[in-house]
Amino acid sequence: MIVLNKAPYEQKATREAFGDEIAELGKENKDIMVVDADIGGSCKTTKFMNTVPKQHVNVGIAEQNAAGMAAGLSTTGKIPFVSTYAVFGSLRMAEQVRQEVCYPNLNVKIACSHGGLTPANDGGSHQAIEDMGVYRTIPNMRVIMGADYHATRKLVRQAAETYGPVYLRFTRDKVPVIYNENEEFEIGKAKQIKNGNDVAIIANGDTVCLALEAAEILESKGVSVKLLDMHTIKPIDREAIIECTKIGKIVTVEDHNILNGLGSAVSDVVAEEGNTKVRRIGVQDRFGESAPYEKLLEINGITVENIVDTAEGMI
Amino acid sequence: MSNITVEELKEQAIQLRQTAVTMVYHAQSGHPGGSLSAADFVTALYFREMNVNPEDPEWADRDRFVLSKGHVAPIQYAALAHRGFVPMETVKTLREYKSPFQGHPDSKKCPGIDISTGSLGQGLSCAVGMALAGKLDEKDYRVFAVIGDGEAQEGQIWEATQSAVKYKLDNLIVFLDDNGLQIDGPTNEIMPNLDLEKKFEAFGFTTKRIDGHSMEEILETLDEVKNVKDGKPKIIVCNTIKGKGVSFMENVVGWHGKAPNEEEYDKAMEELARGLNA
Ligand SMILES: Cc1ncc(C[n+]2csc(CCOP(=O)(O)OP(=O)(O)O)c2C)c(N)n1
Ligand SMILES: [Mg+2]
Repeated sequence: MIVLNKAPYEQKATREAFGDEIAELGKENKDIMVVDADIGGSCKTTKFMNTVPKQHVNVGIAEQNAAGMAAGLSTTGKIPFVSTYAVFGSLRMAEQVRQEVCYPNLNVKIACSHGGLTPANDGGSHQAIEDMGVYRTIPNMRVIMGADYHATRKLVRQAAETYGPVYLRFTRDKVPVIYNENEEFEIGKAKQIKNGNDVAIIANGDTVCLALEAAEILESKGVSVKLLDMHTIKPIDREAIIECTKIGKIVTVEDHNILNGLGSAVSDVVAEEGNTKVRRIGVQDRFGESAPYEKLLEINGITVENIVDTAEGMI
Repeated sequence: MSNITVEELKEQAIQLRQTAVTMVYHAQSGHPGGSLSAADFVTALYFREMNVNPEDPEWADRDRFVLSKGHVAPIQYAALAHRGFVPMETVKTLREYKSPFQGHPDSKKCPGIDISTGSLGQGLSCAVGMALAGKLDEKDYRVFAVIGDGEAQEGQIWEATQSAVKYKLDNLIVFLDDNGLQIDGPTNEIMPNLDLEKKFEAFGFTTKRIDGHSMEEILETLDEVKNVKDGKPKIIVCNTIKGKGVSFMENVVGWHGKAPNEEEYDKAMEELARGLNA
């Protein structure tokens, strides 16, 4: 049984986890590199730069070049992490990553802060709602978002140790630290937080804490909830989803467009393997706008109340 | 507004600075540094040079303005508010839910924004498209674009540049805010641009480097390029100081995207009220 931290939780942005872990990895392995594009401070790579300056490059505001250079670096055995914001790291360099990283299956990691709606007051131009979907579509790519600080550190380390292209997405804002620091995570394997048999809730990234709160409310009302943290949406954990189809009711929750993200990835499996209803909670195929992060979640129905209502509506 | 005097424009530039800093202070987020470095030429454009109509912001024959370095939206918003495109109260709503003043310029939400920007390197191509459309439609409007020196590291800037030259867009006038800083540090250290004026010249632009805080030089240069129909796009490379007008922000990398606290805000407003130090 998994033992979670108890509320009130410590709050930490998952970009901090990337910054802390990549600095450790850089010390341990001289092949680990960071390729920055003028937002190293914000993406938390400064510690890495100061710790192992020879393993750090900053190409300026030139994301496409960053991706291509990383591809080149990786051909000699280096393990470059390209670091920028999710909107630029997925869309601006998407074709470079497809042609020069995924097609030749090179060992490059795209590590991005400001995932989902978290760059809230920057507005719609900066909120990455399509990034995981874009990368989910490209062969050879793995797509990952940890739920909290500890999960993210573990997943960053695994990404470094796993050969091939990986897309990692982090939050700009603080999210509750729900996991114990000794909890282990495996790329492609869902983390079961709760087991139950009335309804399954599958969440990822910054929405796992909302799903957890919703699950606790549902339990207090006598509903038995199975709760999965699907930190990897590609390769997706088919077995875990097939287990959920035995319940027959799944609610997915994500800070991403409901098209092509976690909800779609789960639905793909369900369509082939199970006679199950899926309700997707996430960004309602609309661009973001400037507003507090919580307000943006509310506009899109990514709230504890809506998760509870949606789950109750299914049973 | 061609009868406005140089002294009035200088005063106006101070007001825009005050408004931009006030906006960022209220929002407790936003980009003061690059707003202040761009304040003087933005003032010259909105209060003397550009043919725009706040009553009819989508007027087909208007001059266009593209803020390719969209993060300095506060200085454009200040110009739009002072020119009457939006009510003055709007300045208290920067980055708030439902505000026309989004974190980065949004043409669907704010009158007077000709195209949404925020992802660096892309706006100049849009300006080239607008200028090309003007040529194709045989219209007299001109297109003004503002790019950053950090932004000039994006490859797309040079793709836009070569297109502007190919299509002989002498109706395109670019201001390059050469303030020497980007986010992670000085431009010279992060990714040296070398001489941007020479680069644009080699690409086929008419270029001039000026003091971007001298209203006289800005106006003189705008007059020089005004009726030149030589088939060449123009770029005015402006030597500027990031944070210009607020001593503790000047040339300090950290003021790229940070809001002042109350004490800093009061000091900034007080300094700005005294005008620009020469
Ligand atoms: C494509 C893209 N990459 C990164 C950013 C993040 N960013 C915002 S401002 C900035 C630095 C801009 O420097 P510069 O163009 O010199 O502008 P200024 O100094 O005038 O503020 C960066 C990297 C962005 N907005 N767009
Ligand atoms: Mg600059």
